[in-house]
Amino acid sequence: MSTIEVSPASPRSGEFQQPVVNDFSIQVATINGSGSQTANSVLMRAIFQMGIPVSGKNMFPSNIQGLPTWFTIRASKYGYIGRKKEVDFLVAMNPETAREDVMKLDRGAAVVYDEPLKLDALRSDLHFYPVPFDKLVGPVCPEAKLRKLVRNMIYDGIVAHLVSIDMEEIHSALFKQFGKKKAKAAELNWGACQAGFDYAAKTFTKSDPYRVKRMNATAGKIIIDGNAAAALGCVFAGATVVIWYPITPSSSLVESMIGYLKRFRIDKETGKATYAVVQAEDELSAIGMVLGAGWAGARSVTSTAGPGISLMSEFVGLGYYAEIPAVIFDVQRVGPSTGLPTRTAQGDIISTALLSHGDTKHPILFPCSPEECFSMAIGAFDLAEQFQTPVFVLTDLDLGMNNWMAEPFEYPAKPMNRGKVLTAEDLDRLGGFARYKDVDGDGVGYRTLPGTPHPQAAYFTRGSGHNEKAQYTEREDDYVHNMDRLAHKFETLRAHVPPPVVDYNPKADIGFVAFGTSHYPAQESRDQLKSEFGIETSYLRLRAYPFTPEVRDFVRRHKRIYVIEQNRDEQMLSLMRLEFDAEDIAKLRSMKYYGGLPLDARTVTDDVVHQEEK
Amino acid sequence: MSTTLTPPPKKVNRIGLEVANYKGAKTTLCAGCGHNAISERIIESFYELGVQPWSVAKFSGIGCSSKSPAYFLGLSHGFNGVHGRMPSVATGAMLANRNLLGIGATGDGDTASIGLGQFMHLLRRNLPFIYIIEDNGVYGLTKGQFSATADLGSKLKTGVINDLPPFDCCSLALQCGATFVARSFSGDKKQFQTILKTAIAHNGLSVIDVISPCTTFNDHEGSTKSYSYVKEHDELLNEIDFVPFYDDISVEIAEGEVQEVEMHDGSKLRIKKLGRDYDPSNKFDALKAIDEAGKKGEVLTGVFYVETNKPNFMDLLNVEEAPLATLPESKVRPPKEALDQVMEELR
Repeated sequence: MSTIEVSPASPRSGEFQQPVVNDFSIQVATINGSGSQTANSVLMRAIFQMGIPVSGKNMFPSNIQGLPTWFTIRASKYGYIGRKKEVDFLVAMNPETAREDVMKLDRGAAVVYDEPLKLDALRSDLHFYPVPFDKLVGPVCPEAKLRKLVRNMIYDGIVAHLVSIDMEEIHSALFKQFGKKKAKAAELNWGACQAGFDYAAKTFTKSDPYRVKRMNATAGKIIIDGNAAAALGCVFAGATVVIWYPITPSSSLVESMIGYLKRFRIDKETGKATYAVVQAEDELSAIGMVLGAGWAGARSVTSTAGPGISLMSEFVGLGYYAEIPAVIFDVQRVGPSTGLPTRTAQGDIISTALLSHGDTKHPILFPCSPEECFSMAIGAFDLAEQFQTPVFVLTDLDLGMNNWMAEPFEYPAKPMNRGKVLTAEDLDRLGGFARYKDVDGDGVGYRTLPGTPHPQAAYFTRGSGHNEKAQYTEREDDYVHNMDRLAHKFETLRAHVPPPVVDYNPKADIGFVAFGTSHYPAQESRDQLKSEFGIETSYLRLRAYPFTPEVRDFVRRHKRIYVIEQNRDEQMLSLMRLEFDAEDIAKLRSMKYYGGLPLDARTVTDDVVHQEEK
Repeated sequence: MSTTLTPPPKKVNRIGLEVANYKGAKTTLCAGCGHNAISERIIESFYELGVQPWSVAKFSGIGCSSKSPAYFLGLSHGFNGVHGRMPSVATGAMLANRNLLGIGATGDGDTASIGLGQFMHLLRRNLPFIYIIEDNGVYGLTKGQFSATADLGSKLKTGVINDLPPFDCCSLALQCGATFVARSFSGDKKQFQTILKTAIAHNGLSVIDVISPCTTFNDHEGSTKSYSYVKEHDELLNEIDFVPFYDDISVEIAEGEVQEVEMHDGSKLRIKKLGRDYDPSNKFDALKAIDEAGKKGEVLTGVFYVETNKPNFMDLLNVEEAPLATLPESKVRPPKEALDQVMEELR
């Protein structure tokens, strides 16, 4: 796979331009709260419906209304769905940022803009398309109040004309977006789209090279955001107790889940819910309820972001030490502290892996796609119950909140694994049990659930020192024995987390290690390195912590390893350092980015080339 | 008459269990600690009412009080969590299995300081749960610092005088939604037992503040939570009697000024007014009585408030009657068609 380098064309009319088909990005700059989300989603979906691989990334402020927001749509015939650094086609709707947005463009880019902004005066090396939005919106939207919202749909029509998006696809995407219940609103918006299209058709002569052309690369695929995918995963995992405290960017995970639960998890016979969702007073309470429910045998889950993880610290240590199943989604955002709440990062790796005081460590799953958000949600519940411990699923704002093109999800093939739970009949047979005794040699004890009708079922769960029988102890030997068993359990777990996905290239000296959303720039950068610099790479996509043996093998097979991650402190690389030998550690190099935008391939390529030259 | 010696038949309750089946491990609290008396009353009450021990789940936070669940109901699952966060753990467990009878033992540090937020939100939710505050106004395990229920002017062993007003946990409970609110004294066996039995029968959140003196750090002259102070200043709001649903004989309170409250399970709480005009279904009366007693330096005890028909948290959530924890996969994993349908909509 290789990218074709296209020199930006001069905007001067008459000059021959090589068309750039299905390989460019459109950026729409608007104002938060102006209804642009609908217009942008329709544009993205219309391209998707034309069979062209597409991605959409919303860069929005921590604000309800009034601050600038950017939405980038990337069409890529190669199937690249990571962020593209360069903007090829700008729709400048926000007077506050328009000037800076235009100045940042590469030569040859196209700009659709609100005519009064007079942006064409700024540069002579761009293609400008001025549109009198206010004049166009009046006739299509008689109700003045709605004009602010409908106005944005006009640019869908303009862009559709300029880059050859089929208006029928715009129409179908628009009506899908609004749904049957809002057909009237859809009609109003469709009128705006058409007005835009007609205006562009009669006014503009196309001078930029960017256009789309129907393909057949999205058939059967779906569009969904990672949070909704994770929510579906929880619903199909049989989650029964769902506790949350609203926090960006994770709120929509539970909000989506509530929708699906209401739809699929009301018992038809009793009319009662087979779940409980509680909005807790804070994240401390959320994790407390999750642990209480997990202890009592429910599949319980919470979803949060970095600040919530910090608050959950003490309780998660209790979950580890008292050995209680729990699933915790962390949709990462930029920290530390409040940080940049609406920007993306992979900065909670170390804090979740080692969350809480004392010796603690926790398994983490790293989905990179909606499909994995779904499947790993299901896997996380099995893992949590099998190993009786809190399990983290780390996504990020980019994966969680943006819409992604994805393969349809596969229905779970295996039944739920509820782990080692003794029933009253088991206790009759066994004549009792010791909660924390390693009977099977895997470090995992047997538990009973409260309510088990048997005089030998009860045990006392505590976060204080305990022996095999769950009795209070401060004895040195009891404590060490228990901690060693917990360490052994973690080692057993290593063989049960999802293994990495490895693409071993025998010609490569260097190997990439990426995870989560760093996958997309890593993949694309490998192609750039090969086609532009002749650099061969292997690739390992991590899917879990603790690391499986494949990770060490991969390191050993290469001279240099680039660990690609979105945080300042090389957190994943640091975790690898904790486990690897000095010889392996010496091979590790960091490719890191922490600016809050989704990492793009060009940044990876530039950095790696620079480091390779050293 | 037979001459063979047979041991006297062991005394059992209505479900055939002995009192020993309701005991826990040997206490490690100080001799004379009020908390031990509370544990004893819990053992007796659950035994006498014939509650199945393995249908009970015990919860606590951190502190002396929170050690006590280990010392009662040894056949019940117990969970000693983190400081001040017992309400959330208990809420989660009760959500997982609404058939459990939940009881929590916490202290004044747990409830009124570090866990005040969780306490308040527990009140809002009317979780069917028994919340006992073993209230001694002092931190025991850390050797005698004031807690937030220490009275204004109360003195520590070191001579330090408390200069901040206390939280009154019963007043908070009344204002924020608990549906059974009472105060007792660890030294008043009959009153506390009657309150406990009522709480066991109650289908909603019961908050019981039990003044439980700390013999080691807060039982001296100048403390308002000492045995002698509470004994001298214990002001009974009412005289109460509990008649379990399976028994309508033992009526201890004579007819007269008696108000009878029927609990969810058919048991009856009989309340006799003691001189004052007091209505236990009016929380403003209760708040007023507590406030007035406090101003006089009295420790007002008795049943402050009872409301038997407010929907509890499980009802509000419309949760399945069978425990969520053990619903079969067929009930909690929707069929493949459901997933296919969602996928189709997302294409």
